Amino acid sequence: MLQIEDLQVKLGEKEILKHIDLEIRPGETHILFGPNGSGKTSLLMTIMGYPQYEVVAGKITFKGEDITHLPIDERAKLGVGMSFQRPPTINGLKTRQMVRLCAKDEIDEETLAKQVNFEGFLDRDVNAGFSGGEIKRSELLQMMAQAPDLMLFDEPESGVDMENISLVGKTIASLLQKDLPDVETKSKMQARLNRTKMGLIITHTGYILDYVAADKGQVLYDGMLSCVSNPHEILSCVGESGYKECVRCITENN
Amino acid sequence: MYNREQLRERASSAIDKKGAIGPDINLDEFDDAPVPHSYMADEELCAIPEQDQKQLIMAGLDVTKKERGGTYFQKDTEVIHCHTQQDGIEVIPIKKALEHYDWIKDYYWKLASVDADKYTAAVELNLHDGYVIRALPGSKSVYPVQACLYLEKDGLQQNVHNIIIAEEDSELHIITGCATAPHMKRGAHVGISEFFVKKNAKLTFTMIHNWAEDMIVRPRSVAQVEEGGLFLNNYICMKPVRSLQMYPTTHLIGKDAVARFYSIIVGTPGSEYDLGGRIFLKHPGNRAEIVARTISNGGNIIARGHLIGEVPEIKAHLECRGLLLNGGLIHAIPELEGRVDGVEMSHEAAVGKIAQEEIAYLMSRGLSEDEATATIVRGFLSVDIPGLPPQLQAEIDRAIEESDKDVM
Ligand SMILES: Nc1ncnc2c1ncn2[C@@H]1O[C@H](COP(=O)(O)OP(=O)(O)OP(=O)(O)O)[C@@H](O)[C@H]1O
Ligand SMILES: [Mg+2]
Repeated sequence: MLQIEDLQVKLGEKEILKHIDLEIRPGETHILFGPNGSGKTSLLMTIMGYPQYEVVAGKITFKGEDITHLPIDERAKLGVGMSFQRPPTINGLKTRQMVRLCAKDEIDEETLAKQVNFEGFLDRDVNAGFSGGEIKRSELLQMMAQAPDLMLFDEPESGVDMENISLVGKTIASLLQKDLPDVETKSKMQARLNRTKMGLIITHTGYILDYVAADKGQVLYDGMLSCVSNPHEILSCVGESGYKECVRCITENN
Repeated sequence: MYNREQLRERASSAIDKKGAIGPDINLDEFDDAPVPHSYMADEELCAIPEQDQKQLIMAGLDVTKKERGGTYFQKDTEVIHCHTQQDGIEVIPIKKALEHYDWIKDYYWKLASVDADKYTAAVELNLHDGYVIRALPGSKSVYPVQACLYLEKDGLQQNVHNIIIAEEDSELHIITGCATAPHMKRGAHVGISEFFVKKNAKLTFTMIHNWAEDMIVRPRSVAQVEEGGLFLNNYICMKPVRSLQMYPTTHLIGKDAVARFYSIIVGTPGSEYDLGGRIFLKHPGNRAEIVARTISNGGNIIARGHLIGEVPEIKAHLECRGLLLNGGLIHAIPELEGRVDGVEMSHEAAVGKIAQEEIAYLMSRGLSEDEATATIVRGFLSVDIPGLPPQLQAEIDRAIEESDKDVM
């Protein structure tokens, strides 16, 4: 379980997260909405442990352990992983090597890459000249190899073309054990019990909801998680009246 | 015209002449008297103590000679093994060549000047030996020829002169290493190399240096490449050295001739490097590229590069990237000199430290900070060298892997 209590974060002099409470239980996937610049990426980076995001108050607990001040690699070892919105290029490091580094055990990176249409990129340097959509698939491939227990996806479907989007969506769903239920699924209960993976997915478009059976939607607004609701509802509300209205309406209803 | 007397006279006149660049060295501090070593047969070669073999392997010399087209092995001042196992490829000690073959006179001191400085002069006045490697017209070397200049005697000044000739339409690959015995500390290596790449020939020359901490190294090389020829020159030095200075020059003297220089340098504390390359593009269709990757762990590195475009329709690029890992200094001096309209010349230079963002990214995949740094450094040093045979690429990769531990 991931538990965030009254988290306040500063980036430089700027207060970017004012008050965050969030709980993701094993088997749950949450969707994170919010306008540009509201701090969504910052929240994920803080959970991952990027030191420039300075936690000034509050606490992050993962699997019962206080990780608020753990270095990035120790969080990764505990099972936190992130698909980045804008990852850096690493010259001279082939994507193939990177995928192998992500996996704790031997893997067959060719087979993994095929699943996201990425075989052709394995021998290119990580992120070097990758297009927007290619970066997303590269990040996803790394998540597949790493298979962390908590997956933080920063806009995984932005910029992905129509052909690849279902590939990306389904892959994320299966990583998070959140494939949409088939009509004749008999043991839904059983499936739910077996789920352990946790997910937090940032999206603007909500396309990912067509593939991933998300449990909750969250809206980050003004440095706070201003509402928790059904992700589809949030999406349609924001679409109709915008974030400001949407946050107010839902807050009032609660 | 070849006239040994005259060469000696000119050398004598330059005996105190300082090098054009780099710190001046007092060669009197070193001993250049011959050190006798007996010739070694194949079996003896393979019986070299393991620790020394390892030094040799690091410098590209494989005593088993598997996958090698020929071998030249000089210890201190003596040739201890010289052998070719491929038709069309000749490997001859230069002293023997000067004694027995007239053709060598068309090459000896034809590109480098004997009176350039005290180092060129010293080599002519007391030549220990060196190699002549020649690919006959049309011959293609399947395996690279290996040449090793080994120093064992402490305090020695080794004077060598090498001549490399790739005749018309030939293809020649050479891996050459200089190394010092594990116990050796102090010495000087002065080496003249003259490269002749003839019409449509291809020469790749990969040099791996593996010195002792207190070594002085002064190579002096000049190359010329004829029409349609390709000269690919790789230089790797990842071990400490007291002072290394070289500035090899290449002249592209026929149309469509190409020269590419790649160097990978790791500078440790107390080491001083001043190196680079200069390429003259003199004919239409000439291409030149100089790529340098330097890392300083506290050493001083000056990375030069000078491209001179003398005619239109030439293309030249210079790339110099430096990484400061642990103090030290990297001074990149890229120079482009276009002498007419219609040249296409560019350079990029960057000196900095490892981006924290890259380290964090790898850490988020589970690597420790040290592992992440090592991975980024290895990536930084891995340059794709087009046209390099896979075995030689493997040698370079191995040198990088090996030195990895030292870099950190
Ligand atoms: N290095 C920085 N210096 C100053 N401000 C920064 C820096 N990095 C981020 N910010 C600011 O912090 C705020 C939060 O940024 P963040 O990337 O978390 O937003 P986001 O919600 O992910 O936005 P988007 O939807 O556009 O991805 C923004 O206003 C951004 O401009
Ligand atoms: Mg963002």
